[in-house]
Formats: sequence, structure tokens, C-alpha cells
Amino acid sequence: MSSNLITTFKRPESMSDNTTHYCPGCTHGIIHRMVAESLDELGVSGRSVGVAPVGCSVLIYNYFNVDFIEAPHGRAPALATGFKRVRPDMIVFTYQGDGDLASIGMGEIVHAANRGEKFTTIFVNNAIYGMTGGQMAPTTMPNQKTTTSPGGRDTDKVGFPIRMSEMLSTLKTPSYIARVAVHTPLHAIAAKKAIKRAFQLQVENRCFSMVEVLSTCPTNWGITPEASTKWVESDMVPYYPLGLYSDPDREET
Amino acid sequence: MTKKLMKGNEAIGEAAIAAGAINYFAYPITPQSEVAEYLCWRLPEVSGVFVQGESEVAVGNMIFGAAASGKRVFTTSSSPGISLMQESISYMAGAHLPVVILNIMRGGPGLGGILPAQSDYFQATKGGGHGDYRLIVLAPASVQEAVDLTILAFDLADKYRNPVMIIGDGMIGQMMESVEFPEKYRDENNPDDFDWALTGADNRPARITKSLYLDPKKLEDNSIKLAEKYKKIVEAESRHELYHVSNDNQLLIISYGTMARICQTVIDELADEGISVGLMRPITLYPFPGAELYAEATKKNIKRVLTVEMSMGQMVEDVERYVVGKKPVDFFGRTGGIVPTPNEVKDKIRELLKPSPKAKKTKSSRKKQIKG
Ligand SMILES: Cc1ncc(C[n+]2csc(CCOP(=O)(O)OP(=O)(O)O)c2C)c(N)n1
Ligand code: SF4
Repeated sequence: MSSNLITTFKRPESMSDNTTHYCPGCTHGIIHRMVAESLDELGVSGRSVGVAPVGCSVLIYNYFNVDFIEAPHGRAPALATGFKRVRPDMIVFTYQGDGDLASIGMGEIVHAANRGEKFTTIFVNNAIYGMTGGQMAPTTMPNQKTTTSPGGRDTDKVGFPIRMSEMLSTLKTPSYIARVAVHTPLHAIAAKKAIKRAFQLQVENRCFSMVEVLSTCPTNWGITPEASTKWVESDMVPYYPLGLYSDPDREET
Repeated sequence: MTKKLMKGNEAIGEAAIAAGAINYFAYPITPQSEVAEYLCWRLPEVSGVFVQGESEVAVGNMIFGAAASGKRVFTTSSSPGISLMQESISYMAGAHLPVVILNIMRGGPGLGGILPAQSDYFQATKGGGHGDYRLIVLAPASVQEAVDLTILAFDLADKYRNPVMIIGDGMIGQMMESVEFPEKYRDENNPDDFDWALTGADNRPARITKSLYLDPKKLEDNSIKLAEKYKKIVEAESRHELYHVSNDNQLLIISYGTMARICQTVIDELADEGISVGLMRPITLYPFPGAELYAEATKKNIKRVLTVEMSMGQMVEDVERYVVGKKPVDFFGRTGGIVPTPNEVKDKIRELLKPSPKAKKTKSSRKKQIKG
């Protein structure tokens, strides 16, 4: 082996050496990496605290070299509020799935955003309850088949999927809210930029920040990883438009 | 030390500050909203944190997050709100976090009423949330004791890394009494003093605050660790007070909180009639002063043991548990916000001590005597 081989693609310092337990084709791992890279680049991992959700990413703390609290289902924004208020000098983030944030934890995220709590939320929207085996989420697409909507989501009976970024951006309290995706390299680059900006705004003590990331769940969608990335593009992106929904630097219209 | 005339709820708020607990999260509910109304202006004076949360579910989880920092945190509520906090209480107990929660109890079940009650004894002492856990439970009987126990509560929470609940009935919160605070207020905890506090993984391995153990052996280990902690608490922290206890006593009353104060009046008035009654007032409801109760209740002169509560009979189950059938255990209680009057309690005692012609009333007469 030549000794001048150098590693150009390293694990972020904020990430541990543990191998993740995620299914093949699941994008939770990519999103973890973007969080870790952002903490590294901003030089804040030594003063950061993450709040883990209940969902497939409940063991997120095994993959980071960062202090973590594990929250009850949906309550991560309340824990983050408590922690950040008593340690405003630290960087606090929640990492939550769509069942966690948009269903059982709807109240906590709305009020934390509305109070303008200065933490960052990474909201992983995979349109399904992954951990419990593929039940319908509030974000499940119309006609999407899940174990609790075997005939497909019937919008007459259960309404339409909730668009969290749009909903939270109606709040008057300044915030940073963006929706991104990670199913192609180009999307991933934009996603990383948004996640870093969300943390940057927290470092500057500016506002609440949330990045909604459209994610895959090939296992519970019942399709291949490849078909999953296509489904994000064909079905999710049209309903969940990507882009910036709220920015503290943007003039109110 | 200077004496101040203060309402119970406000005095408890000030006591938390005296204990160095300047991080407070709460949601309004009668009859304890005065704590928040006091602390919302008082905490900024001491550079503390005041947050009105959107619900007690959120508030419980806010103190959960805040407690993981190693700083002292505090919340207050009343019965229906405490029910909503059970989720976070179970998690905090599982994660070994120190917090102090005040329940100024009102009548239940359900929305119940807003008047004083003691009907959350089971919830506080037996575990209102899921899992094998215990809270340390303190029950003040005066405003001064509420202040002292609030300060003690934070020390016990830190010492055992366990949630502590102070339960008072609505009267403790609403009455005005003169109180003294310590001359020197405690500084805030320094999180760096704790090897478990989340202070940032800077040149040290990351710390995790959690209650999840997917490996059953590890989960059992955590429950064993908790049980060992509770054993230490039972051995070291039981507190109670005796009133008018002597070898002349025919009957022993067990009562806590303001109800115990009413029982003192009962005891004084019965003494004038020549009926000698003693009182044992548990100050810690968990750990329950069971060994001490057994010692008092089994004294030869004691004919019967009477539990008096503002409930349909909850603590009486612990009293029965520790008296182990050695003496008849009776119960008297009113509930729904109705406070037993000294006359009602006296009537009950006179009836219990009346020599029965058939003299066969030795069994517990508890069921027949529930009132309200
Ligand atoms: C109070 C409570 N209710 C229900 C559950 C069961 N549960 C665990 S994970 C989960 C859904 C998670 O889905 P999501 O947030 O979308 O995350 P994903 O697994 O898809 O990443 C549910 C319902 C729980 N742990 N706690
Ligand atoms: S079940 Fe879905 S969300 Fe969970 S790890 Fe597997 S692919 Fe990812």
C-alpha cells in the first residue's frame, strides 16, 4: 500500500464509530451525517446537546459523540425548551420523525416555535411510522397504503397530509424553516446547506430553526431503495414543495 | 432571620429560590396559580428562568430537559395537571433525574373541584406513571413547614437523583402565615460538579440521559439500581411528628398535612373531656414511617388506630399495612373539597371508644365509616 494515500472522505468528528441500525436505503443515516458535519464545521459539538425522539432514530445517540437526552414520544421540543432555557450558552437540537413531531408532538413543536425557542429541529418526514412497522402517519400521502390504511389513505375519512413547514411558517414569531430532500446528490447538497444555516442561526442566538427533510422508508413503503428515491421525487416533492418557508432575514410580506 | 407574613403558594415559590432553584416551568391551575404569579416577577430579579408552558404535558417534559443540565428545576401544579405530568415523571425517575414537583391537591376524580383535598395520595406514593419507580413524597402541615420541606426537597432530589413531590392540600397554598427563610440563599448548582449532567462532550465521552434499555437484562439492572436507591431512602429519610403521644392514649390518630392540624385541635378538645388521644403525623409519605407507626400503634394502651384524611381512604391502606392487624384500624374522611370539622372527628372518636355492650367490635370498621 502506498503511504501517500490519504483519506478524503472522513467520518465527521461528531459521529461515533458505531454502525447504524437503519435499513438499506433508509436516509436517516445521511441526515445524521449532515447534522454531525454542521456541528463540526461550526465547532460546537463540545457544547451541544441533542434530544432523541421515539421512532426509528431513537438510538441516534449511539451514532454521535455528543451529549443526548432521550425524550418521550413527541416531547423533544419541550425537553429542548427546558434545556436551552437553563443553558442558553449550549447548542440544542431535536431530531424527530413525522409521527413524533406532526402527530403526538404537534402541540410541543407549535408552541416551541411560537415562543421562538432558540434550538434547532431536524424533522425527518418519511410519510409513515417506521419503527412501529408502517402505520399511517399524519404525513402519509393520499392513497398511500400502510398497515392501518391498507386500502390507501382515504382523505375523506382522515384528511390530507399535514404540511408542517407551511403551518409553522404562518407563525409571526421569527424563525428559520426550510424543507429539503436527500434523494439525489444535488438535493443532499442543498439539504446540508439548510441544516448548517439552521444551526448557524442558533449559534447567533437568532431564532427557532427547523429543517424538514423528506426521507425514505423502503421497508415500510414496501418498495426497493431505488424505487423509494423515485417515489420521493414523483409523489412527495409535488405535495411537499422544497424550499425556504421562513427566514429571519426575509422581510415580512 | 426576619419573619414575613406570606401566602403558602408564594412562600413555596420563595423557598425554591432560597434553595438555589431558579428555573421554573408551569401551567396555570387553581389552587396554585399564585406560585407562578409570584415567580414570574420574582425570578427575573435573581436572573432565573420562568416559562409558562402550553400544557402540563409540556411542562413535565420541560423540567425533564432542564434537569438533565444538572441545575435545580421546579414546577408546581394541582391534581389534574399532575395527572398530565405522569409521563415525564416516569421518564425522569427512570433516567435518575432530580426535580421537585409541588402538587397543591384539589378534589377529584376528573375535573373534580377547586377546593382542598388529599385524594392524590395513591398517585403520589404508589406511582402514577408506568414502571417500577417511586417518588420521595413530602407533606407539609404549615406554611413554615412548606418552606422548610421545599428546601429539603431539592437536597433530597440531588442526593438521590430522584424526583421529589411535595403534596399539600389547597389550604396549605391559600393560607397566610408568618414564615422565616434562611438568611443565606443557596447558589445555583454548578453542572460541572456532576458526572452525569449534560454539559457538552468536550474532551470527555458523550453522556446520555435515557430510560430506554432494549436489552431486558440492562432494563432489569436499571430497575434494581432504582430499587436499591429506594431502599436507602426508606432507611434514611423517613420523617414524622408525634403530638400528645403518651401512655394514657386510648386511640392513635394518623393524619398528614393540614388535616393533622385539625386533628390537633380535636386532641386538645378531647383532652378536656378526659379522652386521651395521640397523633402521629407522617411528614414523608414515601418513605412512609411504617416502623415508627407499628411501634406506636402496638403500645398496650392503644385500643384503636384512626386514620383521618381528606379523601375516601387512601393512606389508610398503608396504615393497615404497617399495623398488620395488631389493632383495629378505622377511617374517617370527607372529600370533594369538604374538610372534616373537629366536631365530626370528635364524634367519630367518641363513637369508636364507646364501650360496646357486646364488646365484639374488634375488626376494622373502616367500610361503614366512610363519609362524604
Ligand atoms: C406514548 C407512546 N405512544 C406510542 C409509542 C409507539 N411508537 C414508537 S415509535 C412510533 C412512531 C414513530 O414514527 P415516526 O415519528 O414517523 O418515526 P420513524 O420511525 O418513521 O422514523 C410510535 C407510535 C410510544 N413509544 N410512546
Ligand atoms: S423502518 Fe423505515 S425509517 Fe426505520 S430504519 Fe427502516 S427504512 Fe428507515
